[in-house]
Amino acid sequence: MSSIKIRTKYFEGQTQIRTLITHPMENGRNKDDNGQFIPAHHIIELWVDHKKIKVVRCNMAGSISRNPYFDFLLKGGEIGDEITISWIDNLGKTDTNSTLIK
Amino acid sequence: MFKSRRKFIKSIVSLTAYSLTMASGLLHSSLVHAQWLNESFKATNYEQLLQHLFVDVEFIDSRKIKFQRLPRVAENGAVVPIKITSSLENVSKISLLVEKNPHPLIAEFYFSAKMEPSVTARFKMAEASAVIVIIEADGKFYRKSKYVKVTVGGCGG
Repeated sequence: MSSIKIRTKYFEGQTQIRTLITHPMENGRNKDDNGQFIPAHHIIELWVDHKKIKVVRCNMAGSISRNPYFDFLLKGGEIGDEITISWIDNLGKTDTNSTLIK
Repeated sequence: MFKSRRKFIKSIVSLTAYSLTMASGLLHSSLVHAQWLNESFKATNYEQLLQHLFVDVEFIDSRKIKFQRLPRVAENGAVVPIKITSSLENVSKISLLVEKNPHPLIAEFYFSAKMEPSVTARFKMAEASAVIVIIEADGKFYRKSKYVKVTVGGCGG
C-alpha cells in the first residue's frame, strides 16, 4: 500500500487537495530506549502535480511532524483531473501516488 | 580578486547556475540548490538563517497574511497545526520558520500560478517561540509572526 493518502474535493471553482503521508520524520535528535540517537530520517522534498504539471513543491526537514499532513487549494481543476503527489526522503527512498479529483 | 582567467570564468559560470536555479524555484532542485537547501535546513541561528535565505531584503509586516488553527498555547510541541492563507496576489513562495527551534527553518512551499496561497501543515516546536511566516509575492517579502507557548516540547533531547 502506498504511504500517501490523497483526498480531493471540488467546490466553488476550487479544488482542495489533502494529503496524509506515513513517515517517521525523525530529526536525528530523539533518543531510543537505550539512550542512542535515532538517525535522521525525514522527507526532504514533496511535490504535487496537476495533470502532470508541477503546481507545488515543498522543501522540508525533520521539523515537520510525524506522519505529515498538508492541504493545498488549487484554482479551478475539474472533476476527473489527475492529481499526483510524490516525495523523496534523506535516505533516497521515494514514493508516489495519484488520484482523480472527485 | 581572481588570480587567473580560468578561475574567473569558473566562478561566473557557477554564479549564473546558482542564480538560475534560484529563479526557477518550481523546477526540480539541482545539486547546487540541494546543497544550499541542506545548509538552510541545518542552520541553527535564526538571524544568520535569515541573512542566508533572504539576502538584502526588506520585510513588510502585513495583515494580508492570516493564520488559522495556530494555537496560542500548544499542548503538544510535536504536533502544532497551522493554516496559512493570504489575500496577496501572485504568491510564489511561503516560508515557515520557528525562531527558537534548534533548526529554525521548518518548510518552504513554492507555488505555481495555478495555486491559491493557502497551505495547512503540522510542525514541531521545541519551546515557546515566535512562529514566523514569510511570503514572497511579486518580488516583495511580506512577514507575519505570532508567539506560541509550548507546554511539552517536541524536538527531542
